[in-house]
Formats: sequence, C-alpha cells, structure tokens
Amino acid sequence: MQKKLKYYFPIFALPTVAAFTIAFFVPFVLGVFLSFTKFTTVSDAKWVGFTNYIQAFQNGEFLNALWFTVKFAVVSVITINVFAFALAFALTRGKKGTNTFRTIFFMPNLIGGIVLGYIWRMIFNGFLLRYQVDLTYDAKFGFWGLIILMNWQLIGYMMIIYVAGIQNVPTDLIEAAKIDGAGPFKILKNVIIPMVMPSITICLFLTITNGFKLFDQNLALTDGLPSKKSEMLALNIYKTFYGKPGYEGVGQAKAVVFFIIVAAIAFVQLVITRKREVES
Amino acid sequence: MKENKSKISNGLFYTLLSLLSVAFLSPIFIVLMNSFKGRFFIDKLPFKFPNSETYVKFENYLTGIEKTQFFSAFKYSIFITIGSVAAIVFFTSMTAWYIIRVKSAITKVLYFLFAFSMIVPFQMVMFTMSMVANRAGLDNPVGIIVIYLGFGSGLSVFMFAGFVKSIPLEIEEAAEIDGCSPIQTYFRVVFPILKPTAITVAILNAMWIWNDYLLPYLTIGNDYKTIPIAVQSLKGNYGSIDMGAMMAVLVLAMLPIIVFYFICQKHIIKGVVAGAVKG
Repeated sequence: MQKKLKYYFPIFALPTVAAFTIAFFVPFVLGVFLSFTKFTTVSDAKWVGFTNYIQAFQNGEFLNALWFTVKFAVVSVITINVFAFALAFALTRGKKGTNTFRTIFFMPNLIGGIVLGYIWRMIFNGFLLRYQVDLTYDAKFGFWGLIILMNWQLIGYMMIIYVAGIQNVPTDLIEAAKIDGAGPFKILKNVIIPMVMPSITICLFLTITNGFKLFDQNLALTDGLPSKKSEMLALNIYKTFYGKPGYEGVGQAKAVVFFIIVAAIAFVQLVITRKREVES
Repeated sequence: MKENKSKISNGLFYTLLSLLSVAFLSPIFIVLMNSFKGRFFIDKLPFKFPNSETYVKFENYLTGIEKTQFFSAFKYSIFITIGSVAAIVFFTSMTAWYIIRVKSAITKVLYFLFAFSMIVPFQMVMFTMSMVANRAGLDNPVGIIVIYLGFGSGLSVFMFAGFVKSIPLEIEEAAEIDGCSPIQTYFRVVFPILKPTAITVAILNAMWIWNDYLLPYLTIGNDYKTIPIAVQSLKGNYGSIDMGAMMAVLVLAMLPIIVFYFICQKHIIKGVVAGAVKG
C-alpha cells in the first residue's frame, strides 16, 4: 500500500497542503520577517532590526495589556476550575436528572464571544447605571465583568471534562476507601483528585490559553475602555495594527511576543503530559 | 433516620442546582425580555418585564434585521460554515491518512508543521493572512473556505492522524489484495472507520467558524457580513448602540445555535470532550 500510495500525494495531501501554505505558512513566515521591518503595505518593508520589539516593550499600553491579561488568566483559571470541579462532583453522584443540569450548564459555551460580550454589557450596565456609572467608568468593572462572563461561558465546558474524568475513577477504589473508613472529604482528596489529575491538567491549560487569547469578549464588552485600561493582549495588538498608522511593524512585533508566550504555555503543558505518560 | 437525612440532602441538592440553572439561563432570558422593550427603556430598566408603556411588539426585530441585513448575514454564515466544515473533513482526513501511512521526510515535516500551527494564535498571522488572501483573490465567501481549510487543518489533521494510527494495517492490506486502488481503499474502507472522528472534527470546526469574528471581518468583512460581524456592526463609530435592535439581533443570533444544540447535544458534548482531550 505504502509504495502505491506514495504517488498519490497530489490527490491526498496537496489540497490541504496548498491551503495550509496560503492561510498559515506564508503568513507566519512573512509575519516573523515583518516584525523586524518598518512597513505599511509590505512591499515597502525596510529592515530595522529589533527596533519594533524595543518600542513594543517601551510602550506602557502593551505592558498594561500584558499585566491585565496575566491577572485575568490567573483569576479566571482559579474561579472557573473550582466551580466546574464542584459542579462535576455534585453531578456524578448517581442522582436522577443530572443530565438536564449538564445540558443547561454547558449551553453558554456554544454562544460566540461577540454575542456573549453584548449580552453581559447590557446586564452589567443595567446594574451599574443605578449608581450613575457604567462598565467603561473604571477598568476594574471591565476586569470583573470579563471574569464573570468567562465563568458563565466556560464552567459548563470544564465541568463536562471533569465529569468524564470522575466517571473513569473505578468504583471499587472508592468502595475500598469507604471500607477503610475514609469520609467523603478524604475520598475526594486522596482518591478522586489524584485519579482525575489528567483532566485537571487539560482544564487548567485550556482555561489559561483561553484567557491569554481572549479577544471577541474583550472587544464587545468594553473595547478596552476606559482609555485602553481594560485592553488585553490580543485586542492591544489588533488596535496597534489597525488603529495607529505607521505602527504596523510594532504591532507585528507584539504579535510575535504574544505567539512566544502562548507557545511557551503549550510547551509546558506538553512536558507535563509527557512526564506523566512516562511515569505511568 | 438515615432515610430522612438523605431526603433532606436530596432536597438541598435539587434546590441548589435548580437555582444555579435559573442563574445560568437568566442572561438569555433577560435578553429575550428586553428585545420586546423600547430602546430607551433597556439601559435603565433591564430587569423589568415589558409593560404597556415599554412594550413595542416586534419593532426592535424589524429595525435590527434591517440595520444589520440579518438574513443576508445568516445566509453567508450558513454557506461559509457548511462549506468550510465539509472541505475540512473531506481534505484533512485524506491528508492525515496519507501522512501516517507514507513514511518519508516530507510527511514527517508536514506532520510537525500541522501540529505546530495549532499553538499559533490568530493575531500572529492576522495582518499577513488577510493580505495574502486579498492578493490571492480569496477575499470572498468561496475563497474564505480555502482560508478556513488552511488555518483549521492543524487541529483536524492532528485529530484524524491520532485515530488513523489505531486502525490495523491488515484491513487496508486486505482491500489492496482484493484489487482496490488507494483511492478505493480510502473511500470504501478507511473513511467509514474514521466516521466518529469526522463527527468530532466537524462539530469543533463548525462551532469555531460559526462564531468566528476577526478572520471573516478582516478578509471579507467589507463586502460580506457574517452574523458576528453583523452584531458588531450595530455599534456605531462613536460607541453608541441602538439597544433595542441589539437585543433583537442577539436573540436571532442565539436562536440557530440553541436549536442546533438541542437537536444534537449528545454529539456536541462528546465531540467537545474528545477535542479537548486530544488538542
């Protein structure tokens, strides 16, 4: 089969490879190159070395966006995973009707980020207008607004992954612990949590990556207001590209830094998963 | 005594979870409620039912549909999502099979590149991609399918490849002995086995493409608006929003998703879990 199949590259692989080259490979390589140049239309690109990177890091907005994003990722990872795990734990105790609850909690995850952003913008402003302020009055409102929004969106998703993990814990293991006299809390801590560690790793990294890449919700909820203080990395890069003529090179340099951060997180996840596979 | 205790804990369990469910569903309900209120009442009184003073029938829906050209946006969203998902499932499954079954330097490099592309955030390539798409004449609803096939191929090839590895070679060898060409072997023997993964890949990509805002906005957004672009377009240049039209359009934007979810929620939930665990 292999010998014959080898000659079928044009049929089996070429369409995907061609599309991949146009939509990913060329843009990626060109993007790395352009981050070292000053350009507006690409054909006028002039090599400027690391100037764009230096400008990016001297830029208070970018550092503010980075810090906002890190804070957001940390808080959202903790809240989402704690709530999701608690719900998953409650919904795997063999009670009736839990499927309906799962269906409801999962649903917000299917709604797109732009739509989610405008839903919550209306709700938060409804509360805040009673105190004569709105979401764009203070970056804190934008921050906690995004946290609540992302909890609403992702708790159900993470819960489903935890449910799958908890259901895979062998029941005789839990029975054995019960016979040995372990209470519910001890069973959770010493039996269930160690057994669902793979699910926990997946959920932690999914929420971290999601937090770092967040764009649509940020754009729709506050659009970075007040004065860019609630801007996250992805939105800051977008605004540098399309809101500031002459700063395209800086925008591309920021994008490369952004890519390196996201890639580093993915790399750490890979190392942890590999290590565990070797151990087991 | 024990029975009593479990009855109480059962009651507590269902009360708590029901309250949580109401909390989870209430944002959607509030949007629905406000979509029937006059635009100037929404900001100030978002949590009140429409009354004789604030109720405006379907007025918001009519202005929202007109302002966003919602039906045209719906048409583009459907066309782009179905076209892209079909292209992704058809082409990336073939590519994955080829890459796993033919061992060569080229397929190894390709596999690495596909896996690598999964970790690259869109902002890294957004500017150059929209430029390349424009130069290559792909800035239209058909062309964007090629872009989605290219940008979405990483995860899809990776997921199909993971499944192909688990298919025993004997099945394909038997087909070859029976006189099947590689193309026949693939479509008659391999693809039917790949079907569960194909459903997962289709659902993950459909959710992404249907809700995607920035990629279509940058490549085709000036001439063709998908639903997320239509929603965002309701925001004026100075940040003013017709809240009535917005509420109505939000309802219309959520409706297809919720219907789709209730029709095939089992597949969706399974697909999302499988995708999360592999990706």
